[in-house]
Amino acid sequence: MTAEKDTLQRGPDGKLRHFLTVEGLDRAFLELIMDTADSFASVTEQTVKKVPLLRGKTIVNLFFETSTRTRTTFELAAKRLSADVLNVNIETSATTKGESLLDTIRNIEAMHVDMFVVRHAQSGAAHFIARHVAPHISVINAGDGRHAHPTQAMLDVYTIRKHKGDFHRLKVAIVGDILHSRVARSEIAALKILGAEEIRVVGPRTLIPADIQSLGVTVFHDLAEGLRGVDVVIMLRLQRERMTGAFIPSEHEYYASFGLTEGRLEQAAPDVMVMHPGPINRGVEIDSKVADGERSVILQQVSHGIAIRMAVMSMAMHHQGAGGVA
Amino acid sequence: MIDVPKVEDLLETLEEALRLEIERRALENPLMIGIHSGGAWIAEALHRRLEIKEPLGKLDISFYRDDFSRIGMHPKVQTSQMSFKVDGRPILLIDDVFYTGRTVRAALNEIFDYGRPSAVVLGVLLERNGREIPLRPDCRGGALTLSKGQRIKLMGPNSLKLSMHTV
Repeated sequence: MTAEKDTLQRGPDGKLRHFLTVEGLDRAFLELIMDTADSFASVTEQTVKKVPLLRGKTIVNLFFETSTRTRTTFELAAKRLSADVLNVNIETSATTKGESLLDTIRNIEAMHVDMFVVRHAQSGAAHFIARHVAPHISVINAGDGRHAHPTQAMLDVYTIRKHKGDFHRLKVAIVGDILHSRVARSEIAALKILGAEEIRVVGPRTLIPADIQSLGVTVFHDLAEGLRGVDVVIMLRLQRERMTGAFIPSEHEYYASFGLTEGRLEQAAPDVMVMHPGPINRGVEIDSKVADGERSVILQQVSHGIAIRMAVMSMAMHHQGAGGVA
Repeated sequence: MIDVPKVEDLLETLEEALRLEIERRALENPLMIGIHSGGAWIAEALHRRLEIKEPLGKLDISFYRDDFSRIGMHPKVQTSQMSFKVDGRPILLIDDVFYTGRTVRAALNEIFDYGRPSAVVLGVLLERNGREIPLRPDCRGGALTLSKGQRIKLMGPNSLKLSMHTV
């Protein structure tokens, strides 16, 4: 499976073709993505906040599931690279009229596009599309079901690197709804690859998958214990829309046990950084004082998301060998 | 065998040429920008010698190159450092070797994405034959005629030296 993913993601020359998951990538490659993101830092200082790298390219945001932050940062990243962007919101389009996924893809392909950024509720959707698109098209996974959200994981580790420099001595706690979270899965994979010392997952039994230890993490069901001495806390959103079973007694009770407050944060290292992929539910998984506090890097994560997405898109695009004329 | 000129001699000539150009065109408080990496090394020396007040600007033109599709992303792109406003200011743009002119075109495009300078003067350490677009330096330290496969490259940053090779 890993080998198959690798040949799917990276061409024979090792260069990125599709970006579907961080699993199976090596440390040097994740660092290359972050270094490339660094090099785009000066673009936002320009009066014209654009570089002509992907001029003449068309990128399609194919979102089968709603998202504001991910879609807009992908769109902005593409525009800063001078690509043309088409936003296709499938919820309001042909699939609701019965068109199959492949038919949708074929039709958009026929419009001579160069890249798909895909968000889908089904795990494996981006892989499926990557396997079936025309060879010149790159696919970027912007979140598939419970499986992966690789650009989110990359922007998170990029934010950590900006503050901590190195991963070796880092203790990271991922707190909340691990069960439904593709973000958690991708983050664990990325942190493992980068050599974080300890990765903890913290949450109620109902929201932590039974086999999670196999990913090399330690499980805590008590927030205070889970936070003890950690350098980074990643809070996850309580995914209300996926709470169809009796996962938690009530939001109020969830907050009482797993909500991140200033008081609870005292268990962590003094220079702990607090992260959240957004959107945040204030008073459900995190207190406003923490979300807006000095240890929070939540808004930096958003800015870093643009740089990471610029890096991934420009790296994936160039394998095509066309366009990009300044 | 072609004699490779000494960097120090070229620098002196270039410095003098830039002084004359600044005077002739009455450029007030010019900014200086070096193109990564060789141009930035030369610019560092000139920035000192010409006593430019503002910090030296450095451009990495990788994102503006016209051969991105052929050679792809450079593995290590430096961040451009432009800690000043270029609007309405004269700019001394510095590179090491002027060859096809494509690097300068990319640099000009990038500079104009930062703002609208009042003038741009191009100074290069060495001009060689092989122009491919209608751009040429205003000031140069020297000139060299090379055959088609010959390349000349500035080595540095410690003890700058020109080095020849054949491709």
